[in-house]
Amino acid sequence: MTDWKNLCALEDIPRLGSRVVKTAGGDLAVFRTSDDRVFALNDKCPHKGGPLSQGIVSGDRVTCPMHGWLIELDSGNAVAPDQGCVKRHEARVEAGQVLLRIA
Amino acid sequence: MKKQKLVVIGNGMAGMRTVEELLKLAPDLYDITVFGAEPHGNYNRILLSPVLSGEMTLSDIVLNDFDWYRDKGIRLHAGKKVTKIDRRARKVLAEDGTEEEYDRVLLATGSTPFILPVPGSGLPGVIAYRDIADTEMMIAASVNHRHAVVIGAGLLGLEAANGLKLRGMEVTVVHLADWIMERQLDKTAADLLQTSLEARGLRFLLGKQTEALLEKNGRVGALRTKDGIDIAADLVVMAAGIRPNTELAESARLHCHRGIVVNDTMQTYDPKIYAVGECVNHRGTVYGLVAPLFEQAKVCANHLANFGIGRYGGSSLSTKLKVTGIDVFSAGEFMGGRDTEEIVLHDRSGGVYKKLVVSGEKLVGAVLIGDTADGAWYFRLIKDQAPIGEIRDRLMFGEGSLGDSGHAAGHNAAAMPDSAEVCGCNGVCKGAIVKAIREQGLFTVDEVRKHTKASSSCGSCTGLVEQILASTVGGAYKPASSADKPLCACTDHHHAEVRRAIREQKLLSIPIVQQYLGWRTPNGCATCRPALNYYLVSTWPHEAQDDPQSRFINERAHANIQKDGTYSVVPRMWGGLTNPAELRRIADVAEKYKVPTVKVTGGQRIDLLGIRKEDLPAVWADLDMPSGHAYGKSIRTVKTCVGSEHCRFGTQQSMKMGVALEKMLFAMWSPHKVKLAVSGCPRNCAEAGIKDIGIIGVDSGWEIHVAGNGGIKTEVAHFLCKAKSDEEVKEISGAFLQLYREEGFYLERTVHYVNRVGLDYVKKRIVDDETSRKEHYERLLYALKDAPDPWAERVAGPARREFEALTA
Repeated sequence: MTDWKNLCALEDIPRLGSRVVKTAGGDLAVFRTSDDRVFALNDKCPHKGGPLSQGIVSGDRVTCPMHGWLIELDSGNAVAPDQGCVKRHEARVEAGQVLLRIA
Repeated sequence: MKKQKLVVIGNGMAGMRTVEELLKLAPDLYDITVFGAEPHGNYNRILLSPVLSGEMTLSDIVLNDFDWYRDKGIRLHAGKKVTKIDRRARKVLAEDGTEEEYDRVLLATGSTPFILPVPGSGLPGVIAYRDIADTEMMIAASVNHRHAVVIGAGLLGLEAANGLKLRGMEVTVVHLADWIMERQLDKTAADLLQTSLEARGLRFLLGKQTEALLEKNGRVGALRTKDGIDIAADLVVMAAGIRPNTELAESARLHCHRGIVVNDTMQTYDPKIYAVGECVNHRGTVYGLVAPLFEQAKVCANHLANFGIGRYGGSSLSTKLKVTGIDVFSAGEFMGGRDTEEIVLHDRSGGVYKKLVVSGEKLVGAVLIGDTADGAWYFRLIKDQAPIGEIRDRLMFGEGSLGDSGHAAGHNAAAMPDSAEVCGCNGVCKGAIVKAIREQGLFTVDEVRKHTKASSSCGSCTGLVEQILASTVGGAYKPASSADKPLCACTDHHHAEVRRAIREQKLLSIPIVQQYLGWRTPNGCATCRPALNYYLVSTWPHEAQDDPQSRFINERAHANIQKDGTYSVVPRMWGGLTNPAELRRIADVAEKYKVPTVKVTGGQRIDLLGIRKEDLPAVWADLDMPSGHAYGKSIRTVKTCVGSEHCRFGTQQSMKMGVALEKMLFAMWSPHKVKLAVSGCPRNCAEAGIKDIGIIGVDSGWEIHVAGNGGIKTEVAHFLCKAKSDEEVKEISGAFLQLYREEGFYLERTVHYVNRVGLDYVKKRIVDDETSRKEHYERLLYALKDAPDPWAERVAGPARREFEALTA
């Protein structure tokens, strides 16, 4: 596991939206909920690899834009009846900055 | 906070469905205790007939096993009959002394079969047909005995008779009325059904009243009719009707009259006590079929959860006989009367009889024997009270006769092999759907869609999925009425209600709408948010907030996402016209950004496919052309033919007309995509007959056609009216689109909108009423005033952030 890194200001991510993060290990998606919590997942739906960063965020879930799978932001698990899991990373907000630790 | 106590009396389908609905809405509100008189979990009572006939086993029909109750933290008293409700002390008492306190009670005591009060009705071998114990007794009797008599030729009686016959018994059905299933069928249909049941070996005695049951060797031995006929009977099954179980409610002094009387919120005369199911009298009706019970359960759960917004207004009914190989369907006012007309198809030797009862412009009833494939469709037309004037001549031949409905039409779902592919988009075959329905206990098309993905993409197989569902679950299936379907699982409000609230209360943002209408989820979901966003921006242009995070990615990024996550870019070419400078810029962009695929689209423009999201703003800047909106629920293209400017046949300047329309409609958002076409003569090279609006030039002016569709199901546009001048074409087209924008439901194409409200209504508002037309047109122009080009905005403005990635 790598160290915590300063990613961006919280305001750089729209509420109920996300930003793509380019990393050596591929794209990540960092999400911001309506109550300003942040979550990070690999930007790849467990179904057919759709970019989750482009989905609609509601509550603690994101809907993949490709075929409508629902993914839980905190666990990376698909919501039943779909089955699958996407790798998650640690993210938190500190003093208005989004910190990310890539797993 | 301490949880409130909910005590449910009755562990059957209505009671448990209510609990399930309640847990979905408010999982932590109550401590729930359930009393059930039977020593089982909750099972699907409707499927007892297939168990009796040996086509299914008891374990196949369990809906909630004991583990389910444990997982949900519900205390289940199975096999304990409740004998008293003490309303003053707020306690429920069971036969064995078990006591439970309550804050609220849900009565779901169901019904008991009516036992004929004739001598001998208490003899061994005389039973009703209601539960697992009865079914097991019938199966046991079929092993040791030969002669069975079923009293009553209703739905249940016939299913029992068929099951016993399949178990090897000699079965006679004794019935009081002059024909069988008289509450669901007319005489012709009943005769046809009787003939096919007789061919399976059942015997019928109609118009006969039972006088007594006679004893032989300590059990029933024969049945004697009033006119003195004796029929051998080692087993007598009473299926002569049901009585609501109201003893408990009556002993608690709740108002009962042919059932426990409830209001539209399923509340009894004691506000702490609710009731659902067959024990209930709602507006004078007692329902004995499962579909209405589920509707009641939904409403009741809503009130138990303290949401307080559902109302039960009664149900229209449809019936299906579950006798394998015999298809019977009946719905609505099947007998017809003085004010109705009948459309009848009758093929006696083919075993097919179809009667449709029409009143005015509406279908009000249907009886189908032998071919019930379109039953669900007819039932939907009846429930929706849809205008059928336009399709009346083809109504009898089913939904498939209405046009090219692709692979969905004309199949008999029951006869399809399990390996047949139903959903071509997601590769789901019939067997997988049937398996999911049985194993997961699914009852609605939405549930099937969620679990199997069938019909979840293009939706063209929805009708077929509906038929498979209907043939698998039988009477439990209830087709959804499109008009009163809730927006999504976040709310019980349907589209029309949401639109009305936004308009009348002048709601201007999504959180305000959700708060005002009591949304159950904090931010809605991917289904309701785009719909709400559209309703807001279309109802209150220039005032409501347009929320990009509530738009699907294509509308947020103003490009079409492709399967690999890249995007496609389609610049606008007004009326399909372009010039060397534009083509040169397109070619330069294609080279500079190494665009892998360049394609001419069906809408007469050029598509650049495979562009990375980060490159989109730069691509747009280099193109220096406006957005083609090829990605939106919005105006797409206006396709044109060459017209009289060049064509030797042309009668009108179709290119000029097309460009004018496209410029007028630029950046128009709509419930679904909108495509136009303008042809310069009736040869119609622009294919205007399959567009949302098709304009066809004739010598004297223009013909305007509306609500055509070239997509999933080809629909030919309807002729709306003629127009003399270009300005008139713009006004009528604009007014029609504004009507659709204001009244259409999100994701409803013009064809579906017009089918829902009727073409006559559209003509009245847009053609006949000049004031209404002008007002609609003005509102459209106001909404589209100063509409910016989304690409130019993003090239310049702060919205660029959407396209820039971060690094870590």
